[in-house]
Amino acid sequence: MATEEHGSGLQIHPMDQFVVKPLFGDGPIEWYTPTNVTLWMGIAVVAMIALLVLSTRRRAIVPSRGQSVAELFYGFIHKMVEDVAGHEGLKFFPYIMTLFMFVFLSNMLGLIPMSFTTTSHIAVTAVLALLVFLTVTLVGLYRKGLGFLSMFWVSSAPLVLRPILAVIELISYFVRPLSHSIRLGGNLMAGHAVIKVFAGFAGAMGIASVVPIAAIAAIYGLETLVAAVQAYVFTILTCVYLRDAVGDAHH
Amino acid sequence: MATEATAEAGKAVGMPQLDFSTWPNQIFWLLVTLVVIYFVLSRIALPRIGAVLADRKSTITNDLAAAEELKQKAVEAEKSYNEALANARTEAAKIVAQARAEIQKDLDAATAKADAEIAAKAAESEKTIAEIRDGAAQAVSEVARDVAAELVAALGVGADAKTVTAAVAARLKG
Amino acid sequence: MEGELALLGKYIGAGLATIGLGGAGIGVGHIAGNFLAGALRNPSAAPGQMANLFVGIAFAEALGIFSFLIALLLMFAV
Repeated sequence: MATEEHGSGLQIHPMDQFVVKPLFGDGPIEWYTPTNVTLWMGIAVVAMIALLVLSTRRRAIVPSRGQSVAELFYGFIHKMVEDVAGHEGLKFFPYIMTLFMFVFLSNMLGLIPMSFTTTSHIAVTAVLALLVFLTVTLVGLYRKGLGFLSMFWVSSAPLVLRPILAVIELISYFVRPLSHSIRLGGNLMAGHAVIKVFAGFAGAMGIASVVPIAAIAAIYGLETLVAAVQAYVFTILTCVYLRDAVGDAHH
Repeated sequence: MATEATAEAGKAVGMPQLDFSTWPNQIFWLLVTLVVIYFVLSRIALPRIGAVLADRKSTITNDLAAAEELKQKAVEAEKSYNEALANARTEAAKIVAQARAEIQKDLDAATAKADAEIAAKAAESEKTIAEIRDGAAQAVSEVARDVAAELVAALGVGADAKTVTAAVAARLKG
Repeated sequence: MEGELALLGKYIGAGLATIGLGGAGIGVGHIAGNFLAGALRNPSAAPGQMANLFVGIAFAEALGIFSFLIALLLMFAV
């Protein structure tokens, strides 16, 4: 792609920002090598601790600003779990809060220029989605036994249609982790790549580059929204899936 | 899509997301991160925030109860105030009525006295007027007799005083 | 797969795959528009349905993201 464009100045590598590099040296990437993935996940952990632990250390009845934010997150996710997954789902509140905080903070940290967006990698989102999938399936089977499988046998449909619906439900159930992970990773990857493409335009256009720079500013705002909404959607879908496992009656 | 440009920079090829050689690394660090976040949240952050929220809720409930109590007290105070006000009002009305009655009595007495005085004065005046009238009538008859006597004398008719007096009296009556 | 023809087909295919994003746009717009229409009829019920709105948008959007992914795969991975 870039072979013939060396002289023209229009070299856009929108995917370079997603490259996983070792932090130290240039060696091969083993499973234990500290990489930029490690760095930015560590920053996410630090941010989480600052946001939820340090800000609440005074345990004030009248909260400070930081504590208000922490309580806002807590109340938001707590209410979501209770509303969507039901009262039984509250046992999984720390688990869902973990997913939400990780996804939200990674998305937000990824918006910092020159940073690395861990949640834009399919490897990361696929593991998150598979964790949710396995949790829901195992919890559902454990709590309801074979009754969990009645989810696929739509008893409100005519008998003739039920096998067909069962196949469709089964497929849609197993597509869940795929769509769950691709949605998050794809959204972030797309947004960051688009910003990079526009940045490449800006480098090549001289004085007219105000146009792509303005566009980048606008897209950046949109991406901030997307980062928050995707974390929200990931979490609420986890709650929706969890409702199948712990809720009373599915139909 | 292995181009020289990317290969020169020592970067991964094509989509870094599909470079499976980095997957174990990412998955390992992701699991470490999730475990750390989970333990920090479930051991420290969430119980603490939950306790703070519960604390606040109970504080607010207590405060609301206290406020309710104070409100009750205020209502009671207002009631007693209103009662006192009503009492004072009836008392005042009573006093006003009493005062009015007293004044009325004084007034009546004064009026009666004044009426009596006026009646006495009127009677006295009537008497005086009657006296004056009598005096005047007598004077008229006297003058008439004298004039008659003079006239008779002037006319040269001899007549005694008795006859003249009788004639004048008869005239005056007629 | 090398050669000019493969490259040509790859780029054309990637471009075609992005058309799928238009469908996702239609879907998301449909959901948001209908939500707004409903919310204007009964504003008091709207806040309770925000979660359903986002879930619906997420489902519609995921399919668009799939086509975007196919475009990326054609561009960079095939």
